[in-house]
Amino acid sequence: MSKTKAEITAGILPDSIHHSAEKEAFQRLNVGLSRILKGLILPLIILAVWQAAGSLGIISENLLPVPTSIFQAFKELASTGELWNNLQISSIRAGAGFILGAGLGLLLGGVVGFSNKSEELMDPSFQMLRTIPHLAVAPLFILWFGFGELSKILLIAKGAFFPVYVNTFLGIRGVDSKLFDVARVLEFNKRKLFTKLILPAAMPNILLGIRLSLGIAWLGLVVAEMMGSSEGIGYMIMDARQFSNTEVVFAGIIIFAAAGKITDSLVRLLEAKLLKWRDHFKGEKGEI
Amino acid sequence: MSVSIRSVSKTFIKGRQEEVKALENINLEIKQGDFVTIIGPSGCGKSTLLKILAGLDRQYEGSVQIGGRPLHGPGIKQGFIFQEHRLFPWLNVEKNIAADLPLSDREVRKKVDDLLETVRLKGFEKAYPSELSGGMAQRTAIARALLREPDVLLLDEPFGALDAFTRTHLQDVLLTIWEKKRTTMILVTHDIDESIYLGNRILIMTQRPGTISRSIPVDLPYPRKKSELPFQQIRQKVMIELESAGLFSEKMVKG
Repeated sequence: MSKTKAEITAGILPDSIHHSAEKEAFQRLNVGLSRILKGLILPLIILAVWQAAGSLGIISENLLPVPTSIFQAFKELASTGELWNNLQISSIRAGAGFILGAGLGLLLGGVVGFSNKSEELMDPSFQMLRTIPHLAVAPLFILWFGFGELSKILLIAKGAFFPVYVNTFLGIRGVDSKLFDVARVLEFNKRKLFTKLILPAAMPNILLGIRLSLGIAWLGLVVAEMMGSSEGIGYMIMDARQFSNTEVVFAGIIIFAAAGKITDSLVRLLEAKLLKWRDHFKGEKGEI
Repeated sequence: MSVSIRSVSKTFIKGRQEEVKALENINLEIKQGDFVTIIGPSGCGKSTLLKILAGLDRQYEGSVQIGGRPLHGPGIKQGFIFQEHRLFPWLNVEKNIAADLPLSDREVRKKVDDLLETVRLKGFEKAYPSELSGGMAQRTAIARALLREPDVLLLDEPFGALDAFTRTHLQDVLLTIWEKKRTTMILVTHDIDESIYLGNRILIMTQRPGTISRSIPVDLPYPRKKSELPFQQIRQKVMIELESAGLFSEKMVKG
């Protein structure tokens, strides 16, 4: 601490700027690491208790296999290539369904948000469709589109559509009307009005919609794959359940959780980049 | 450019039947390069008049011509500075100034750099509006309007929300710009000192219905000193006018 003042004065000199920038980067890394470690405390305790309880025979291996045997199952699945194959197929389904659903949601949410007429025309129908649960329409989709990829992708898309649609609509309607006057004074045409004002102003809501939509895409995937399929992580779980292979069920669940978390982190990264202008409350600092 | 306003009236419809005359028979000729300040109590219609000049309000009677041509709606040639800065919060200072124009264009880049110099914002070009003080944000808004090289700059109580020091500083910035570019300026205010400090002509507006009751020329050389006698004499003139119109309120004395 006694060095602080000297460091500040030294920081003004050009040759030490590099040094202080490096130091700052190191500090940021440190903060990042300690954040990750903090997040790991709770899961690690749970894992330790779980392992101990299993090893001591307090809980049955069949119902709740210990972490080490789940890890073993993981290793086997990975080494046979079964895991990667299933994961790839599931990712493609979720990705395709998400892109279709979220893309349409963005487009229609944009149209309905922009014009009152299309809102009156389309929004009531969408709101009606929104409340229909996945499980209720899944049999219909299978009846119409068969057991193939199409019905699965459409089911995922149906789920992914609504969060983006609703949030895009809300985002557009929430644009500060005072900024529209500015756009008029600056002579924005329709296209510029959309790209320079409405889209960036609605971006926080759109990204929130995308985050929610990604989560629902994974949920839709599970429903789709459990309804009937011969590949994918959902199928892997169903198959293992039939043979009471609880470790594999757990492995599948963990993969879903990890995939969900990774995609969510990607959107948050995008959020941090696109919304860095936002000046908002970041939570209290300090102890829990 | 010159601005000519001929028998402009505006009526608001309030409730079902009730009509409120906001402006009545306003006639005004403003020469190219004039700095006109409009002073009057809140609610006298001075902001409404400014909105009409900007083309933002099209529901009025009479005619408005800018540079001899009838006004057709809002546009970059009638620059408008709002009471709040109204910057795009997702753009940094230099991008806000450029707004829809590409900074990659060498000409735009140069103009933006020059303007950053003029409004004294060098070093803050990458800051976001949320990181700026009120005065800096308003300077950015002024630069954004100036980049479009407006024929006339309309300012709607632009410094009303700022503290006294920042306000004086921005008034000087505005005068520097005016002396450099000779843009026609029309500034609405309820601060008597501000109207005398800036304008070479003061228009006094009275309310219900809003009309321009008096035009007072100010022939003092710039920069003006608020403490000196000629300034105070004009101040007195304005006050007498306001008092005789029965408009004087405590709030206006404080400025």
